[in-house]
Amino acid sequence: MSYTWNFDIVWGYRWILLSGTAVTIGLTIAVIVFGLVAGLVAAIAQLSRSPVLRWMSWAYIEMFRLTPLLVLLLWFYYALPIVTGIKLDALTASIVTLTLYGGSFYAEIIRGGIVSIDSGQSEAGMALGMTPARVMRRIVLPQAIKRMIPPLMNQSIIQFKNTSLVSVLAVPDLLYQGQVAAMDTYRALEVYTIVAAIYVVVLLPLTVVVKRAEKRLAQSN
Amino acid sequence: MSYRIEVTGLRKSFGTLTVLRDISLKVEPGQVVALIGPSGSGKSTLLRCLNLLVMPEGGQVRIGGDCFTFGGGSKMPGTKEQARFRSNTGMVFQHFNLFPHMTVVQNVMEGPVSVKGMPKREADAIARKLLAKVGLSDKVDVFPNKLSGGQKQRVAIARALAMEPEVMLFDEATSALDPELVGEVLGVMRDLAAEGMTMIIVTHEISFAREVADRVVFMRDGVIVEEGPAREVIDTPQQEATRTFLSHFHNRG
Ligand SMILES: Nc1ncnc2c1ncn2[C@@H]1O[C@H](COP(=O)(O)OP(=O)(O)O)[C@@H](O)[C@H]1O
Ligand SMILES: [Mg+2]
Repeated sequence: MSYTWNFDIVWGYRWILLSGTAVTIGLTIAVIVFGLVAGLVAAIAQLSRSPVLRWMSWAYIEMFRLTPLLVLLLWFYYALPIVTGIKLDALTASIVTLTLYGGSFYAEIIRGGIVSIDSGQSEAGMALGMTPARVMRRIVLPQAIKRMIPPLMNQSIIQFKNTSLVSVLAVPDLLYQGQVAAMDTYRALEVYTIVAAIYVVVLLPLTVVVKRAEKRLAQSN
Repeated sequence: MSYRIEVTGLRKSFGTLTVLRDISLKVEPGQVVALIGPSGSGKSTLLRCLNLLVMPEGGQVRIGGDCFTFGGGSKMPGTKEQARFRSNTGMVFQHFNLFPHMTVVQNVMEGPVSVKGMPKREADAIARKLLAKVGLSDKVDVFPNKLSGGQKQRVAIARALAMEPEVMLFDEATSALDPELVGEVLGVMRDLAAEGMTMIIVTHEISFAREVADRVVFMRDGVIVEEGPAREVIDTPQQEATRTFLSHFHNRG
Protein backbone atom coordinates (compact mmCIF):
# COMPACT_ATOMS: atom_id res chain seq x y z
CA MET A 1 0.00 0.00 0.00
CA SER A 2 2.96 2.28 0.39
CA TYR A 3 4.17 2.36 -3.19
CA THR A 4 6.43 5.30 -3.87
CA TRP A 5 6.00 6.67 -7.31
CA ASN A 6 9.22 7.39 -9.09
CA PHE A 7 8.93 9.27 -12.31
CA ASP A 8 12.58 10.40 -12.28
CA ILE A 9 13.85 7.13 -13.72
CA VAL A 10 11.24 7.29 -16.41
CA TRP A 11 12.32 10.81 -17.37
CA GLY A 12 15.49 9.28 -18.72
CA TYR A 13 13.37 7.45 -21.29
CA ARG A 14 11.60 10.55 -22.58
CA TRP A 15 13.26 10.51 -26.00
CA ILE A 16 12.53 6.86 -26.52
CA LEU A 17 8.89 7.37 -25.59
CA LEU A 18 8.73 10.41 -27.83
CA SER A 19 10.10 8.47 -30.79
CA GLY A 20 7.56 5.75 -30.05
CA THR A 21 4.82 8.41 -30.11
CA ALA A 22 6.10 9.64 -33.46
CA VAL A 23 6.02 6.12 -34.88
CA THR A 24 2.48 5.63 -33.59
CA ILE A 25 1.28 8.90 -35.11
CA GLY A 26 3.03 8.25 -38.42
CA LEU A 27 1.65 4.73 -38.58
CA THR A 28 -1.84 6.01 -37.81
CA ILE A 29 -1.72 8.63 -40.53
CA ALA A 30 -0.53 6.04 -43.05
CA VAL A 31 -3.21 3.50 -42.20
CA ILE A 32 -5.94 6.15 -42.17
CA VAL A 33 -4.99 7.39 -45.64
CA PHE A 34 -4.52 3.92 -47.15
CA GLY A 35 -7.53 2.63 -45.25
CA LEU A 36 -9.78 5.35 -46.67
CA VAL A 37 -8.67 4.44 -50.18
CA ALA A 38 -9.34 0.74 -49.51
CA GLY A 39 -12.69 1.61 -47.95
CA LEU A 40 -13.73 3.82 -50.84
CA VAL A 41 -12.85 1.15 -53.39
CA ALA A 42 -14.72 -1.53 -51.40
CA ALA A 43 -17.75 0.75 -50.94
CA ILE A 44 -17.95 1.57 -54.64
CA ALA A 45 -17.62 -2.14 -55.44
CA GLN A 46 -20.46 -2.84 -53.00
CA LEU A 47 -22.67 -0.40 -54.89
CA SER A 48 -21.65 -1.53 -58.36
CA ARG A 49 -23.96 -3.37 -60.73
CA SER A 50 -21.53 -6.26 -61.10
CA PRO A 51 -22.44 -9.17 -58.78
CA VAL A 52 -18.84 -10.39 -58.83
CA LEU A 53 -17.51 -7.06 -57.56
CA ARG A 54 -20.26 -6.89 -54.96
CA TRP A 55 -19.49 -10.39 -53.73
CA MET A 56 -15.74 -9.80 -53.60
CA SER A 57 -16.03 -6.63 -51.60
CA TRP A 58 -18.60 -8.22 -49.30
CA ALA A 59 -16.22 -11.12 -48.63
CA TYR A 60 -13.37 -8.70 -47.95
CA ILE A 61 -15.39 -6.49 -45.63
CA GLU A 62 -16.84 -9.30 -43.55
CA MET A 63 -13.59 -11.25 -43.34
CA PHE A 64 -11.71 -8.31 -41.92
CA ARG A 65 -14.50 -6.98 -39.77
CA LEU A 66 -15.09 -10.30 -38.09
CA THR A 67 -11.50 -11.38 -37.42
CA PRO A 68 -9.74 -9.98 -34.34
CA LEU A 69 -7.06 -7.51 -35.33
CA LEU A 70 -4.41 -9.30 -33.31
CA VAL A 71 -5.11 -12.53 -35.18
CA LEU A 72 -4.87 -10.68 -38.51
CA LEU A 73 -1.53 -9.11 -37.56
CA LEU A 74 -0.03 -12.45 -36.59
CA TRP A 75 -1.46 -14.06 -39.72
CA PHE A 76 -0.02 -11.47 -42.09
CA TYR A 77 3.36 -11.60 -40.40
CA TYR A 78 3.75 -15.33 -39.75
CA ALA A 79 1.28 -17.15 -42.00
CA LEU A 80 1.34 -15.12 -45.22
CA PRO A 81 4.98 -16.01 -46.00
CA ILE A 82 4.16 -19.70 -45.64
CA VAL A 83 1.14 -19.47 -47.97
CA THR A 84 2.57 -17.13 -50.60
CA GLY A 85 6.29 -16.98 -50.05
CA ILE A 86 6.00 -13.21 -49.63
CA LYS A 87 7.81 -12.14 -46.50
CA LEU A 88 6.77 -8.73 -45.19
CA ASP A 89 8.88 -6.92 -42.63
CA ALA A 90 7.08 -6.12 -39.39
CA LEU A 91 6.27 -2.51 -40.29
CA THR A 92 4.92 -3.37 -43.75
CA ALA A 93 2.86 -6.25 -42.37
CA SER A 94 1.45 -3.85 -39.76
CA ILE A 95 0.54 -1.20 -42.32
CA VAL A 96 -1.06 -3.73 -44.68
CA THR A 97 -3.08 -5.35 -41.91
CA LEU A 98 -4.26 -2.14 -40.30
CA THR A 99 -5.08 -0.65 -43.70
CA LEU A 100 -7.25 -3.58 -44.71
CA TYR A 101 -8.80 -3.88 -41.26
CA GLY A 102 -9.64 -0.17 -41.02
CA GLY A 103 -10.71 -0.15 -44.66
CA SER A 104 -13.40 -2.74 -43.98
CA PHE A 105 -14.97 -0.44 -41.38
CA TYR A 106 -14.52 2.66 -43.52
CA ALA A 107 -16.20 0.83 -46.41
CA GLU A 108 -19.35 0.28 -44.41
CA ILE A 109 -19.41 3.92 -43.30
CA ILE A 110 -18.90 5.18 -46.85
CA ARG A 111 -21.47 2.80 -48.34
CA GLY A 112 -23.95 3.70 -45.61
CA GLY A 113 -23.43 7.41 -46.21
CA ILE A 114 -24.04 7.05 -49.94
CA VAL A 115 -27.21 4.96 -49.64
CA SER A 116 -28.57 7.29 -46.94
CA ILE A 117 -29.04 10.01 -49.56
CA ASP A 118 -32.66 10.06 -50.74
CA SER A 119 -33.08 8.49 -54.18
CA GLY A 120 -35.02 11.59 -55.24
CA GLN A 121 -31.68 13.42 -55.29
CA SER A 122 -30.21 11.10 -57.93
CA GLU A 123 -33.45 11.19 -59.87
CA ALA A 124 -33.42 14.97 -59.94
CA GLY A 125 -29.84 14.92 -61.20
CA MET A 126 -30.58 12.29 -63.82
CA ALA A 127 -33.69 14.18 -64.92
CA LEU A 128 -31.47 17.19 -65.69
CA GLY A 129 -29.47 14.96 -68.03
CA MET A 130 -26.49 14.17 -65.81
CA THR A 131 -24.77 10.81 -66.23
CA PRO A 132 -24.78 8.49 -63.19
CA ALA A 133 -21.10 9.19 -62.55
CA ARG A 134 -21.71 12.94 -62.56
CA VAL A 135 -24.74 12.55 -60.30
CA MET A 136 -22.51 10.69 -57.86
CA ARG A 137 -19.83 13.38 -57.97
CA ARG A 138 -21.97 16.50 -57.99
CA ILE A 139 -25.09 15.52 -56.07
CA VAL A 140 -24.71 12.42 -53.93
CA LEU A 141 -21.12 12.48 -52.68
CA PRO A 142 -21.08 16.10 -51.47
CA GLN A 143 -24.11 15.36 -49.30
CA ALA A 144 -22.96 11.89 -48.26
CA ILE A 145 -19.46 13.01 -47.25
CA LYS A 146 -20.91 15.49 -44.79
CA ARG A 147 -22.75 12.66 -43.08
CA MET A 148 -19.73 10.35 -43.20
CA ILE A 149 -17.24 12.67 -41.58
CA PRO A 150 -18.12 12.15 -37.90
CA PRO A 151 -18.23 8.33 -38.09
CA LEU A 152 -15.06 8.29 -40.21
CA MET A 153 -13.31 10.37 -37.57
CA ASN A 154 -14.53 8.10 -34.81
CA GLN A 155 -13.26 5.09 -36.69
CA SER A 156 -9.91 6.83 -37.16
CA ILE A 157 -9.63 7.43 -33.43
CA ILE A 158 -10.16 3.71 -32.91
CA GLN A 159 -7.49 3.08 -35.55
CA PHE A 160 -5.05 5.22 -33.56
CA LYS A 161 -5.54 2.98 -30.54
CA ASN A 162 -5.46 -0.14 -32.70
CA THR A 163 -1.91 0.64 -33.75
CA SER A 164 -0.74 -0.32 -30.24
CA LEU A 165 -1.18 -3.96 -31.25
CA VAL A 166 1.75 -3.75 -33.68
CA SER A 167 4.05 -3.89 -30.66
CA VAL A 168 3.61 -7.68 -30.76
CA LEU A 169 5.55 -7.64 -34.03
CA ALA A 170 8.26 -5.49 -32.39
CA VAL A 171 7.40 -2.40 -34.41
CA PRO A 172 8.90 0.39 -32.26
CA ASP A 173 5.64 2.24 -31.56
CA LEU A 174 4.70 3.98 -28.35
CA LEU A 175 3.58 0.84 -26.52
CA TYR A 176 6.62 -1.15 -27.65
CA GLN A 177 8.97 1.55 -26.40
CA GLY A 178 6.97 1.66 -23.19
CA GLN A 179 7.53 -2.05 -22.76
CA VAL A 180 11.25 -1.58 -23.25
CA ALA A 181 11.33 1.20 -20.69
CA ALA A 182 9.25 -0.78 -18.22
CA MET A 183 11.49 -3.78 -18.50
CA ASP A 184 14.68 -1.74 -18.10
CA THR A 185 13.47 0.19 -15.09
CA TYR A 186 11.11 -2.25 -13.37
CA ARG A 187 8.78 0.73 -13.16
CA ALA A 188 5.79 -0.70 -15.02
CA LEU A 189 3.26 1.39 -13.12
CA GLU A 190 4.88 4.72 -13.96
CA VAL A 191 5.74 3.84 -17.53
CA TYR A 192 2.36 2.42 -18.52
CA THR A 193 0.56 5.29 -16.81
CA ILE A 194 2.56 7.71 -18.90
CA VAL A 195 2.00 5.69 -22.06
CA ALA A 196 -1.76 5.71 -21.42
CA ALA A 197 -1.64 9.46 -20.75
CA ILE A 198 0.13 10.08 -24.06
CA TYR A 199 -2.59 8.22 -26.00
CA VAL A 200 -5.25 10.30 -24.23
CA VAL A 201 -3.45 13.61 -24.74
CA VAL A 202 -3.06 12.99 -28.47
CA LEU A 203 -6.68 11.92 -28.93
CA LEU A 204 -8.38 14.50 -26.75
CA PRO A 205 -8.25 17.37 -29.26
CA LEU A 206 -9.47 15.03 -31.98
CA THR A 207 -12.53 13.96 -30.02
CA VAL A 208 -13.38 17.62 -29.46
CA VAL A 209 -13.22 18.16 -33.23
CA VAL A 210 -15.50 15.17 -33.83
CA LYS A 211 -18.04 16.40 -31.27
CA ARG A 212 -18.10 19.79 -33.01
CA ALA A 213 -18.52 18.22 -36.43
CA GLU A 214 -21.40 16.10 -35.15
CA LYS A 215 -23.08 19.12 -33.63
CA ARG A 216 -22.70 21.18 -36.78
CA LEU A 217 -24.14 18.34 -38.84
CA ALA A 218 -27.13 18.01 -36.50
CA GLN A 219 -27.83 21.72 -36.87
CA SER A 220 -27.57 21.77 -40.64
CA ASN A 221 -30.20 19.04 -41.00
CA MET B 1 -43.74 14.75 -87.23
CA SER B 2 -46.54 17.03 -86.09
CA TYR B 3 -46.45 15.64 -82.54
CA ARG B 4 -43.96 16.73 -79.90
CA ILE B 5 -44.48 13.60 -77.79
CA GLU B 6 -45.44 10.27 -79.28
CA VAL B 7 -45.82 7.19 -77.12
CA THR B 8 -46.72 3.93 -78.81
CA GLY B 9 -47.60 0.60 -77.19
CA LEU B 10 -45.73 1.34 -73.99
CA ARG B 11 -45.51 -1.57 -71.53
CA LYS B 12 -44.00 -1.86 -68.09
CA SER B 13 -44.27 -4.24 -65.17
CA PHE B 14 -42.54 -4.53 -61.82
CA GLY B 15 -42.05 -8.23 -61.21
CA THR B 16 -45.45 -9.82 -61.63
CA LEU B 17 -47.29 -6.50 -61.34
CA THR B 18 -48.18 -5.05 -64.71
CA VAL B 19 -48.30 -1.29 -64.35
CA LEU B 20 -48.58 -0.05 -67.94
CA ARG B 21 -50.43 -2.07 -70.58
CA ASP B 22 -50.01 -0.87 -74.10
CA ILE B 23 -50.19 2.87 -73.54
CA SER B 24 -50.30 5.15 -76.57
CA LEU B 25 -50.38 8.91 -76.33
CA LYS B 26 -49.73 11.80 -78.69
CA VAL B 27 -49.13 15.39 -77.66
CA GLU B 28 -48.90 18.26 -80.12
CA PRO B 29 -46.36 21.07 -79.65
CA GLY B 30 -47.65 23.58 -77.13
CA GLN B 31 -50.37 21.29 -75.90
CA VAL B 32 -51.06 20.75 -72.22
CA VAL B 33 -52.23 17.28 -71.23
CA ALA B 34 -53.57 16.59 -67.75
CA LEU B 35 -53.11 13.01 -66.65
CA ILE B 36 -55.60 12.03 -63.98
CA GLY B 37 -56.58 8.80 -62.31
CA PRO B 38 -56.68 7.02 -58.98
CA SER B 39 -53.51 6.38 -57.04
CA GLY B 40 -51.63 3.33 -58.26
CA SER B 41 -53.01 3.57 -61.78
CA GLY B 42 -49.53 4.05 -63.28
CA LYS B 43 -49.43 7.83 -63.87
CA SER B 44 -46.02 8.34 -62.27
CA THR B 45 -44.62 5.28 -64.00
CA LEU B 46 -45.80 6.61 -67.35
CA LEU B 47 -44.14 10.01 -66.75
CA ARG B 48 -40.96 8.33 -65.56
CA CYS B 49 -40.91 6.13 -68.66
CA LEU B 50 -41.07 9.30 -70.72
CA ASN B 51 -37.68 10.42 -69.40
CA LEU B 52 -36.28 6.95 -68.82
CA LEU B 53 -36.08 7.18 -65.04
CA VAL B 54 -37.98 3.92 -65.45
CA MET B 55 -37.03 1.70 -68.39
CA PRO B 56 -40.07 0.55 -70.35
CA GLU B 57 -40.23 -3.09 -71.38
CA GLY B 58 -41.87 -2.56 -74.70
CA GLY B 59 -43.11 0.12 -77.04
CA GLN B 60 -41.71 3.34 -78.34
CA VAL B 61 -41.14 6.81 -76.94
CA ARG B 62 -40.42 9.80 -79.14
CA ILE B 63 -39.82 13.27 -77.78
CA GLY B 64 -38.99 15.89 -80.37
CA GLY B 65 -36.44 14.31 -82.68
CA ASP B 66 -35.31 11.68 -80.16
CA CYS B 67 -36.82 8.24 -80.42
CA PHE B 68 -36.22 5.02 -78.46
CA THR B 69 -37.74 1.60 -79.08
CA PHE B 70 -37.89 -0.87 -76.21
CA GLY B 71 -38.15 -4.63 -76.01
CA GLY B 72 -38.33 -7.07 -78.89
CA GLY B 73 -34.55 -7.39 -79.02
CA SER B 74 -33.90 -3.69 -79.56
CA LYS B 75 -30.75 -2.44 -77.90
CA MET B 76 -31.10 -0.55 -74.62
CA PRO B 77 -29.75 2.99 -74.88
CA GLY B 78 -26.41 3.52 -73.11
CA THR B 79 -26.04 5.82 -70.09
CA LYS B 80 -24.75 8.74 -72.19
CA GLU B 81 -27.62 8.46 -74.66
CA GLN B 82 -30.13 8.20 -71.83
CA ALA B 83 -28.69 11.30 -70.21
CA ARG B 84 -28.91 13.28 -73.43
CA PHE B 85 -32.50 12.13 -73.92
CA ARG B 86 -33.44 13.22 -70.40
CA SER B 87 -31.87 16.63 -70.80
CA ASN B 88 -34.57 17.39 -73.34
CA THR B 89 -37.43 16.83 -70.88
CA GLY B 90 -37.91 18.84 -67.71
CA MET B 91 -39.25 16.91 -64.74
CA VAL B 92 -40.89 18.36 -61.64
CA PHE B 93 -41.33 16.00 -58.69
CA GLN B 94 -43.90 15.88 -55.94
CA HIS B 95 -41.24 16.29 -53.28
CA PHE B 96 -39.21 18.98 -55.12
CA ASN B 97 -35.88 17.14 -54.75
CA LEU B 98 -33.89 20.36 -54.66
CA PHE B 99 -30.17 19.91 -54.00
CA PRO B 100 -29.81 20.94 -50.34
CA HIS B 101 -26.06 21.59 -50.56
CA MET B 102 -26.51 24.28 -53.20
CA THR B 103 -28.09 27.70 -53.01
CA VAL B 104 -31.21 28.44 -55.01
CA VAL B 105 -29.29 29.98 -57.90
CA GLN B 106 -26.75 27.12 -57.88
CA ASN B 107 -29.61 24.63 -58.06
CA VAL B 108 -30.87 26.32 -61.21
CA MET B 109 -27.36 26.67 -62.72
CA GLU B 110 -26.42 23.04 -62.10
CA GLY B 111 -28.01 21.64 -65.27
CA PRO B 112 -26.58 24.15 -67.77
CA VAL B 113 -23.12 24.16 -66.14
CA SER B 114 -22.68 20.49 -65.48
CA VAL B 115 -24.59 18.98 -68.40
CA LYS B 116 -24.17 21.57 -71.15
CA GLY B 117 -20.79 22.84 -70.00
CA MET B 118 -22.09 26.42 -70.07
CA PRO B 119 -19.78 29.08 -68.56
CA LYS B 120 -20.82 29.97 -65.00
CA ARG B 121 -21.48 33.64 -65.75
CA GLU B 122 -23.86 32.83 -68.54
CA ALA B 123 -25.64 30.14 -66.50
CA ASP B 124 -25.92 32.54 -63.57
CA ALA B 125 -27.62 35.12 -65.75
CA ILE B 126 -30.07 32.57 -67.11
CA ALA B 127 -30.78 31.25 -63.63
CA ARG B 128 -31.50 34.72 -62.26
CA LYS B 129 -33.83 35.46 -65.14
CA LEU B 130 -35.76 32.22 -64.56
CA LEU B 131 -35.93 32.85 -60.83
CA ALA B 132 -37.33 36.29 -61.51
CA LYS B 133 -39.89 34.69 -63.76
CA VAL B 134 -41.10 32.36 -60.98
CA GLY B 135 -41.12 35.29 -58.55
CA LEU B 136 -38.09 34.39 -56.46
CA SER B 137 -35.58 37.12 -57.22
CA ASP B 138 -35.19 37.80 -53.51
CA LYS B 139 -34.25 34.19 -52.73
CA VAL B 140 -31.40 33.53 -55.19
CA ASP B 141 -28.68 33.18 -52.57
CA VAL B 142 -30.48 31.27 -49.83
CA PHE B 143 -30.35 27.53 -49.28
CA PRO B 144 -33.46 25.45 -50.02
CA ASN B 145 -34.11 24.64 -46.34
CA LYS B 146 -35.03 28.28 -45.83
CA LEU B 147 -37.86 28.13 -48.37
CA SER B 148 -41.54 27.25 -48.09
CA GLY B 149 -42.87 24.30 -50.06
CA GLY B 150 -44.35 26.56 -52.71
CA GLN B 151 -41.07 28.42 -53.12
CA LYS B 152 -39.15 25.14 -53.34
CA GLN B 153 -41.41 23.89 -56.09
CA ARG B 154 -41.02 27.12 -58.04
CA VAL B 155 -37.22 26.75 -57.79
CA ALA B 156 -37.59 23.17 -59.02
CA ILE B 157 -39.55 24.42 -62.02
CA ALA B 158 -36.90 27.04 -62.76
CA ARG B 159 -34.20 24.36 -62.43
CA ALA B 160 -35.96 22.19 -65.01
CA LEU B 161 -36.54 25.15 -67.35
CA ALA B 162 -32.85 26.09 -67.25
CA MET B 163 -32.12 23.13 -69.52
CA GLU B 164 -34.50 24.62 -72.11
CA PRO B 165 -36.37 21.34 -72.47
CA GLU B 166 -38.80 20.71 -75.28
CA VAL B 167 -41.40 19.33 -72.88
CA MET B 168 -42.16 19.62 -69.18
CA LEU B 169 -43.46 16.76 -67.05
CA PHE B 170 -45.12 17.48 -63.70
CA ASP B 171 -45.74 14.63 -61.26
CA GLU B 172 -48.24 15.86 -58.68
CA ALA B 173 -46.29 19.07 -58.31
CA THR B 174 -48.71 20.50 -55.75
CA SER B 175 -49.67 17.37 -53.79
CA ALA B 176 -47.10 17.89 -51.04
CA LEU B 177 -48.00 21.55 -50.51
CA ASP B 178 -50.10 23.21 -47.84
CA PRO B 179 -53.36 24.33 -49.46
CA GLU B 180 -52.52 28.02 -49.25
CA LEU B 181 -49.30 27.45 -51.25
CA VAL B 182 -50.84 25.50 -54.12
CA GLY B 183 -51.95 28.60 -55.98
CA GLU B 184 -48.50 30.13 -56.45
CA VAL B 185 -47.20 26.93 -58.10
CA LEU B 186 -50.26 26.47 -60.29
CA GLY B 187 -49.83 30.11 -61.31
CA VAL B 188 -46.33 29.42 -62.62
CA MET B 189 -47.58 26.36 -64.48
CA ARG B 190 -50.43 28.35 -65.98
CA ASP B 191 -47.94 30.96 -67.25
CA LEU B 192 -45.82 28.25 -68.83
CA ALA B 193 -48.85 26.82 -70.58
CA ALA B 194 -49.75 30.26 -71.88
CA GLU B 195 -46.22 30.65 -73.27
CA GLY B 196 -46.72 27.54 -75.34
CA MET B 197 -44.72 25.00 -73.38
CA THR B 198 -45.65 21.40 -74.15
CA MET B 199 -46.60 19.81 -70.85
CA ILE B 200 -47.91 16.62 -69.30
CA ILE B 201 -49.30 17.29 -65.86
CA VAL B 202 -50.22 14.56 -63.40
CA THR B 203 -52.57 16.28 -60.99
CA HIS B 204 -55.48 15.94 -58.62
CA GLU B 205 -56.40 19.60 -59.14
CA ILE B 206 -59.36 18.88 -61.36
CA SER B 207 -60.51 22.46 -61.75
CA PHE B 208 -56.98 23.48 -62.75
CA ALA B 209 -56.88 20.66 -65.31
CA ARG B 210 -60.22 21.75 -66.71
CA GLU B 211 -59.11 25.34 -67.02
CA VAL B 212 -55.50 25.00 -68.22
CA ALA B 213 -55.23 21.67 -70.00
CA ASP B 214 -56.17 21.20 -73.64
CA ARG B 215 -56.75 17.53 -73.13
CA VAL B 216 -57.43 15.27 -70.19
CA VAL B 217 -56.31 11.65 -70.09
CA PHE B 218 -57.91 9.40 -67.49
CA MET B 219 -55.91 6.32 -66.51
CA ARG B 220 -56.86 3.34 -64.42
CA ASP B 221 -55.00 0.06 -63.81
CA GLY B 222 -52.36 0.83 -66.40
CA VAL B 223 -54.65 1.64 -69.29
CA ILE B 224 -56.01 4.87 -70.71
CA VAL B 225 -59.74 4.60 -70.06
CA GLU B 226 -60.85 7.86 -71.58
CA GLU B 227 -59.30 10.92 -73.17
CA GLY B 228 -60.51 14.03 -74.91
CA PRO B 229 -60.83 17.79 -74.67
CA ALA B 230 -60.45 18.82 -71.03
CA ARG B 231 -63.93 20.24 -70.52
CA GLU B 232 -65.67 17.38 -72.24
CA VAL B 233 -63.94 14.69 -70.21
CA ILE B 234 -64.40 16.51 -66.92
CA ASP B 235 -67.92 17.86 -67.45
CA THR B 236 -69.42 14.95 -69.37
CA PRO B 237 -67.30 11.82 -68.87
CA GLN B 238 -68.36 8.95 -71.11
CA GLN B 239 -66.97 6.05 -69.09
CA GLU B 240 -68.41 4.82 -65.81
CA ALA B 241 -64.89 4.59 -64.27
CA THR B 242 -64.20 8.23 -65.13
CA ARG B 243 -67.52 9.34 -63.65
CA THR B 244 -66.84 7.42 -60.43
CA PHE B 245 -63.36 8.91 -60.14
CA LEU B 246 -64.50 12.47 -60.81
CA SER B 247 -67.38 12.19 -58.35
CA HIS B 248 -64.78 12.26 -55.56
CA PHE B 249 -63.94 15.83 -56.43
CA HIS B 250 -66.50 18.36 -55.33
CA ASN B 251 -64.75 21.44 -56.59
CA ARG B 252 -65.61 20.91 -60.22
CA GLY B 253 -65.81 23.85 -62.62
N1 LIG C 1 -40.11 0.90 -58.53
C1 LIG C 1 -41.23 0.18 -58.32
N2 LIG C 1 -41.15 -1.11 -57.93
C2 LIG C 1 -42.27 -1.86 -57.73
N3 LIG C 1 -43.50 -1.41 -57.89
C3 LIG C 1 -43.67 -0.14 -58.28
C4 LIG C 1 -42.54 0.73 -58.51
N4 LIG C 1 -43.01 1.94 -58.88
C5 LIG C 1 -44.35 1.84 -58.88
N5 LIG C 1 -44.75 0.61 -58.53
C6 LIG C 1 -46.14 0.13 -58.47
O1 LIG C 1 -46.74 0.41 -59.69
C7 LIG C 1 -48.08 0.80 -59.51
C8 LIG C 1 -48.32 2.15 -60.19
O2 LIG C 1 -47.60 3.11 -59.48
P1 LIG C 1 -47.53 4.63 -59.93
O3 LIG C 1 -47.08 4.72 -61.33
O4 LIG C 1 -46.72 5.34 -58.92
O5 LIG C 1 -49.06 5.07 -59.84
P2 LIG C 1 -49.67 6.52 -59.65
O6 LIG C 1 -48.62 7.54 -59.88
O7 LIG C 1 -50.80 6.57 -60.63
O8 LIG C 1 -50.19 6.57 -58.24
C9 LIG C 1 -48.35 0.83 -58.02
O9 LIG C 1 -49.00 -0.37 -57.66
C10 LIG C 1 -46.96 0.88 -57.44
O10 LIG C 1 -46.95 0.23 -56.19
MG1 LIG D 1 -47.84 8.99 -58.60
